[in-house]
Amino acid sequence: MLTFTLRRLLLALPTLLFISLIIFLLVDLAPGSPMSEIPLTVPPEVRQKMIEALGADQPVFVRYILWLRQFFWVEPANLIDGCFGSNLAGDEQRILSWQSRAPVFTVIGQRIPQTLTVIGTAYLLGIAIAMPIGIYSAYRQYSFFDQMGTLVAMIGFSVPTFFSGTLFIIIFAVWLHWFPTKYDTTLLVTDWPSFVLQLKQMAMPVMVLALANAAAISRYMRSSMLENMGQDYVRTARAKGMTERVVVLKHVLRNSLIPVVTVIALGIPSIFGGAIITENLFGVNGIGAALIGAIHANDLPMVQTLAFIFAVLIVVFNLIADVLYGLLDPRIRYE
Amino acid sequence: MNLKSALLGAVCAFAMAPAAFAERGTDGEVKLTFPQAVSIMNPYLSSGTKDIFAASMVVEPLAGYDDTGALIAKLVSEIPSVENGGISEDLTSITWKLLPGLLWGDGSPVTAEDVVFTGQYCMDPAGGCAQLSKFEGIKSIEAVDAATVKITFNAPKPNPFTAFVGSTSPVLQKAQFAACLGAAAPTCTDPNSMPLGTGPFKVTGFTVNDTVSMEANANYRDATKPAFASAVIKGGGDAEGSARAVMSTGEFDYAWNTQIAPDSQAAMAAEGKGVFVVAFGTLVERLEMNMTDPSADLPEGERATVKHPHPFLTDINVRKALSMAIDRQTLTEVGYGAGGAPTCNIVPAPALYASDNTGCLTQDIEGAKALLEAAGWVDTNGDGIREKDGKNLSILYQSTVNPIRQDFQALIKDWWAEIGVETELKAIDPSVFFGGDAGSPDTFQKFYADVEMYANNFDGTDPEAYLTQYKCDKAPSPENQWQGENMNRFCDPAYDAMVAELSGTRDEAKRAELAKKLNDMVTKDSGIVVPLVHRGTLSAHSNALGGVKINAWDSELWNVADWFRVK
Repeated sequence: MLTFTLRRLLLALPTLLFISLIIFLLVDLAPGSPMSEIPLTVPPEVRQKMIEALGADQPVFVRYILWLRQFFWVEPANLIDGCFGSNLAGDEQRILSWQSRAPVFTVIGQRIPQTLTVIGTAYLLGIAIAMPIGIYSAYRQYSFFDQMGTLVAMIGFSVPTFFSGTLFIIIFAVWLHWFPTKYDTTLLVTDWPSFVLQLKQMAMPVMVLALANAAAISRYMRSSMLENMGQDYVRTARAKGMTERVVVLKHVLRNSLIPVVTVIALGIPSIFGGAIITENLFGVNGIGAALIGAIHANDLPMVQTLAFIFAVLIVVFNLIADVLYGLLDPRIRYE
Repeated sequence: MNLKSALLGAVCAFAMAPAAFAERGTDGEVKLTFPQAVSIMNPYLSSGTKDIFAASMVVEPLAGYDDTGALIAKLVSEIPSVENGGISEDLTSITWKLLPGLLWGDGSPVTAEDVVFTGQYCMDPAGGCAQLSKFEGIKSIEAVDAATVKITFNAPKPNPFTAFVGSTSPVLQKAQFAACLGAAAPTCTDPNSMPLGTGPFKVTGFTVNDTVSMEANANYRDATKPAFASAVIKGGGDAEGSARAVMSTGEFDYAWNTQIAPDSQAAMAAEGKGVFVVAFGTLVERLEMNMTDPSADLPEGERATVKHPHPFLTDINVRKALSMAIDRQTLTEVGYGAGGAPTCNIVPAPALYASDNTGCLTQDIEGAKALLEAAGWVDTNGDGIREKDGKNLSILYQSTVNPIRQDFQALIKDWWAEIGVETELKAIDPSVFFGGDAGSPDTFQKFYADVEMYANNFDGTDPEAYLTQYKCDKAPSPENQWQGENMNRFCDPAYDAMVAELSGTRDEAKRAELAKKLNDMVTKDSGIVVPLVHRGTLSAHSNALGGVKINAWDSELWNVADWFRVK
């Protein structure tokens, strides 16, 4: 197991390096300029000077090497300096966003908490809704409950979040006045009323995303349960006179969870990636909103860094899912 | 006086009281929302309107413009003029006198050194200053004494109100930005996001592309203002969401740039919680006609250059007919509602400079047909498209990806089809179209199409620089890496001569006359530019917010110090 993990980690390094190059070239070759947002009243000579000041006129490979150095040396050094007060990084230039001239990692640091709270809650809530629905749907296959569960899952799958989000805003904010439409990121939770406010402003984005997440996971749960329900060991358990409760929740559920846990683990990078549309719609200043804003403004350093971090997370969680699979299922051994 | 009028008088007195005894910080928080979030609070490093407006609550220029476009003093005791000796007789220098006792947000005094430093900061060649053009032609900026700044120009400057005038060119604090000169400018993250200023508010918190939190500046020069104790600008989302947050849910007091579909505007306004306000500046949605041949058969380097004149758009009758066939009223109603007005001018405002050119406002399909007929453009082969000398009137019409622009394209295509002109439509991603990448064939400078549509405007109230854009030598071409603003490659020596005359004229009435003539030369006389809609900026404010005076000539938040809560 250990050698397997080590081998995978070592293999991941060249993979990630290659991914970073591909992302860089893709982002760079995409048409557009960081100056396109600037009003036409700014003359071309001034634009040219602005591009030079950003370093955006350097050849692509120079910028790539610089970015690699900044990402793997300057930024970690800065992090260490920040934690221990050392001075490893000196005054070397960090990765700066072209849009705000602020270090990209500062922006990411500001945004991760919102993304984790909102998207993370939605993910957990989605799992919490999906599990019982999946279990019961499988146990009572083709029952009314199962049909309803399928319907809800289909809706969750097929209705895009920009539609369900707008619908929720009109119902819950415009008509009922229950929840605010814009997420207040300056709100500090210090006491009960502010906690209630936080819950209120999280309600709509969390509902929208939880619906989408629950739809997918409940289907996995259901099919995995169904697969196990027909197995011999289930019949044996029943023959031994165990209650249905014990049969379903102890024997079947445990075995059915193995593939579901991997699916859930594989979905975790998407929590960090944020939800581009939902975050934008509700004004949650998460990673997804940062990415789309950076894409609109052709803010290459920001797009490049975010895309690469997602790549790292996906590689890491794939590995975690594989390891978890081996731990949960003793039949699976990596040699 | 009877009892009734005495009581009425008393009631009136009470109603007036809040305004009369206004105090700083008594009205709680004012909440603003922008559909695009604020990225940076330093206007010298960004020319995004969102950033400039947000910064205008904090940092201020020496003088600004009021809602009529007139100059108003901000940090100075009076607007310099030749009469009061502030501008030298030969127009080569301007002297500003700072208000006495002016303080920065941190309590330190504002001095002439700060103004001099700000000039150095922007004019540093390595700094990438976005407002560099405001400092063009400046020979030196010097502090005569602690409260007097003298700006000297290389040559007589009829309009010296560029540097330090308007929200795009505020004064920065030397102490805060001293280490941020030149190449270091972009790396000064803290000063760039939390600049110290003299304005009514002070930044207390800044999250990039999300929220700016501010509190009333304790050192603001008017001790009774601002009425609000704090302010917050929340960014992100879209225009629809911003408008909704003010007009439907009432979460916010003010939303900038709420340009939404006309029917949504009407529905939200009907709810009665707030009002839409429009600032009509100089932004005009227009069609530009290509005077050169954009045919793909021509070799690269010669395509769309003056070497090859356009096969049919060089005929003034064709250009005029294309303009006559358009119903600008319908376009405005479909696209902008209250946020637009039909126009025939490229300089639609200020009133002093706007030509009385209204001939294009009524659609005239029959007239257009007759004009083409008379010019020899007839449909001989019955395919519905007019031709002459083997050249078909078929047009490639490009614009950016934008729902309103695609509506406009479809409508105009239909009208042109009626007069026998075939149109192919093309929509380009705005970041490519406006990106100015000389390697891309789809930029608006290269103009590899016959007609293109976009909006353009000019900064401030003086159209001189804007009208200069249509001079012969401003045409983009391979020789200048496709830089320049004369996309049409229009060239008329008479026009160039008149532009030269304009820049040498000081008398305002004479300047206005010349500007109007230049406007007419490129619009109604030649049809090189076909203006469509004069676009305003639609903003919304709730009925609970008082004191808003929409301004198209400076930051929309120019008088935020006077805003108050309606109780």
